[in-house]
Amino acid sequence: MTVSPPRPAPVALRPLSAGDKTFVTAPRARRSTALLGASLFVVAVLALPLAFLLTEAGGAGVANVWHLIWRSLTASLLWNTVRLTVVVTFLCAVIGTLAAYGVERTDLPARRVWAVLVVVPFAIPDFVVSFGWSSLSTWVQGFRGAVLVMTLAVYPLVYLPVSASLRGADPGQEEIARSLGASLLSTFFRITLGQARRAILGGCLLVALVILAEYGAFEILGYQTFTTEIFTEFTIGFDTSAACALSLVLVALSLVVLVGETAARGGGRVSRNGAGAQRILARRRLGRARLPVLIGYALLVLAALGVPIGSSVYWIFEGGAHALVGVSLGSAALHTAGYSAAAGLVATLMALPVALLVVRHPSRWHLLLERTTFLVLALPGLVVALAISYFSERYANDFGYQTAPLLVLAYSLMFFPLALVCVRASVAQTPVSLEEVAGSLGVRRLRALVRVTFPLVAPGLGAAFCLVFLSAVTELTATLILIPTGAETLATQFWAYQQNLSYGQAAPFALAIIAIAAVPSYVLGRFFERLPRRARAQAPGALR
Amino acid sequence: MRRLRYYALSLATTGSLCLSLAACGATSASAGQATITLYNGQHEQTTDALVAGFEKATGINVAVRNNDEDIFDAEIVAEGPRSPADVVFTENSPALEYLQEKRLLAPVDPSTLTHTPSRYNSPQGDWVGVSARVSVLIYNPSLITKKALPAHVLELADPRYKGKLAFAAGETDFQPIVTSVLRTYGKAKALEWLDGIKANAGSHIYPDNETIADEVNRGIVAFGVVNQYYWYRMRAEIGASNMHSEIAYFAPRDPGYVLDVSGAGILKSSKHQAAAQKFLAFLVSKQGQEIIAQSIGFEYPIASGVRTAQPEKPFAELEPNPVNVAELGTGAQAIALLSEVQLL
Repeated sequence: MTVSPPRPAPVALRPLSAGDKTFVTAPRARRSTALLGASLFVVAVLALPLAFLLTEAGGAGVANVWHLIWRSLTASLLWNTVRLTVVVTFLCAVIGTLAAYGVERTDLPARRVWAVLVVVPFAIPDFVVSFGWSSLSTWVQGFRGAVLVMTLAVYPLVYLPVSASLRGADPGQEEIARSLGASLLSTFFRITLGQARRAILGGCLLVALVILAEYGAFEILGYQTFTTEIFTEFTIGFDTSAACALSLVLVALSLVVLVGETAARGGGRVSRNGAGAQRILARRRLGRARLPVLIGYALLVLAALGVPIGSSVYWIFEGGAHALVGVSLGSAALHTAGYSAAAGLVATLMALPVALLVVRHPSRWHLLLERTTFLVLALPGLVVALAISYFSERYANDFGYQTAPLLVLAYSLMFFPLALVCVRASVAQTPVSLEEVAGSLGVRRLRALVRVTFPLVAPGLGAAFCLVFLSAVTELTATLILIPTGAETLATQFWAYQQNLSYGQAAPFALAIIAIAAVPSYVLGRFFERLPRRARAQAPGALR
Repeated sequence: MRRLRYYALSLATTGSLCLSLAACGATSASAGQATITLYNGQHEQTTDALVAGFEKATGINVAVRNNDEDIFDAEIVAEGPRSPADVVFTENSPALEYLQEKRLLAPVDPSTLTHTPSRYNSPQGDWVGVSARVSVLIYNPSLITKKALPAHVLELADPRYKGKLAFAAGETDFQPIVTSVLRTYGKAKALEWLDGIKANAGSHIYPDNETIADEVNRGIVAFGVVNQYYWYRMRAEIGASNMHSEIAYFAPRDPGYVLDVSGAGILKSSKHQAAAQKFLAFLVSKQGQEIIAQSIGFEYPIASGVRTAQPEKPFAELEPNPVNVAELGTGAQAIALLSEVQLL
């Protein structure tokens, strides 16, 4: 697939590890205890929800749990979950890749505009999307409704890394393939997709994990999954132990997804050797295909953006005018922005040591450490919130219960993997040689970190912040449990109104969420566009 | 250019920090005023009006948390003696009976209890009944005629309704019906009935009553089992011209015709017992009940002799099954049955 020339002889150059992608000056194998300590601390905090599940599930009684897991309802729910995950992941991969290819590799008109519009749907909460679509047509129900809604809601998770990867990929390989007589289609499938393979797989991993944890959107569509069953057990049964046991099954599912993605990635290099000569990428001319492709993009944006926004606007005008006495739109927006911003900061700070550890001191154990942090993405927000309440009540004397810091911590835990992905992309692009040069010039390590590494890593930190911010803005179930009494967020207000069938009152909150999330989406799109060429080859899609 | 970006980035970071701190600090309560914390499992519309009335009448602040009553039950038990909750207000009595069974509720002032007919209060005096709702059938006339509707709850399992029925197995409003059927017909028949309605509903088993009302109105399913006020609320929200559904009652005193009591209780762990008692007293006082009567919650006030002001079937004309709150219990048996037929 990739044609790699024989490795050059110089001893000073060697790859960081067997599966490494580029040649950089090999760092001396120095241990960084500070980084390791910080990372272990972060991973320990992330393990809290898992510890909670194990502790509580232990009290359920094996026979009870076994019976719960092995009944036919569970089997049918698992089937629902699995088939939805598979179908949506596949569709997202296709849509995300094609959209990315169109924007990055063809001469599509108004590329910059499409690049932003295609990313913004990630900012719309899944329950708003399903609310918008289900109120539009009765066709949107059950399995097909769930497929439609989830695909439109999360395809940007594939689009972002793939577009970054396509920008940084070596055009030379495509040209070689064409010159050897391969057809357009053959080149696309064998070369282009091959180069973007890791990005696609990385995006698919995120999509699959997000679907496993999804709940709100499915509630509206009446689609029962394993996660909706877990929610029911937590609420109805008054019996958290059985529910925790079921959550462990969910964790097992996400482990399967994680292992599958790692296996599918495989080894081998998919990028060029070194920077080489930067050539201007010749974009493919669309010619007569221009109009159909434009229509395709327009339809995608219409479906993903237009329908939720349109239905919200429609309901503002159509809905009744019964006011819920309570917090105004502005106050809810302030709380939402505040909590989400704090969560973005905390998650990014947590991600930094782990990313530095994995990139600068790669080893099997560090990699394993990093991979386990992805498990928390598959846990429903309810579980994370309950875990935090449990630990604060048992071990911290209820310190901070129902106050903002714990809520922010919950968000940071839930969306940590998203931050990690972005920070790691940036850290990977920052050559350690610059730090070493600073060191050789007499600058102390900490100072070098601040003055040299930080500005280079800053775009990745910004992107991590944005991604976590966007996710936290739309979070609901954990918020309902941990939010300080008297405070409201846009998501809880939307839910409250929508629960009472007050769609007219709910719609402004949906629009406010989209408005607040628009700026970070734009920044996110631009970050992935601005990654230097070499770094894009190691962009989040190329997750190690 | 780089300097500009650097400044922009620092500005954004400090801005976010300030924003976070502002949000985190924004919810500190005003000092000097008594505050009680209410865990509200009832609909927000109903409660907010009551809270506003109470604050105005007594000057005591009420901090409200909203969530499902089941989640509150689990939360209160998990929080233990350090629970911040003072009062818990639920939609249905089983949630309160559960807390009572766990001995987490404090006795209500006897004078408060006298405002409500005793059959709507906790038999042990640990919570007071505030309002009531009754189970009905909501149906779409274009998909099924009123005559074709089942008059008795057992008929819901009749095969002629296959594909036409909708219900919400997980709804706390539905479980009292199951308890009532169980009590009247025994476990074997109840299980058979549940299997029947499960088959009839097929894919139309929804997570809550709002969805059922919505789906029936939009013509996706013929009829469903909900509480009466969902239909009235929907009509108030979307307008009479957009209504394509009607409600029908079960036969008088049929086990499916269940009156559910919505009540409130005080937690034993509360540190504001006096203020909490005042809140409960307000809920069942004439003023509080008038608020409920006027509110767009469309529930029936049941205390202080107040009657609903809304254009719905008068409370006195209802003929529900005589099953009472003690018999409805905590709903644990209903949940066990639903679990056995794998509806939950």
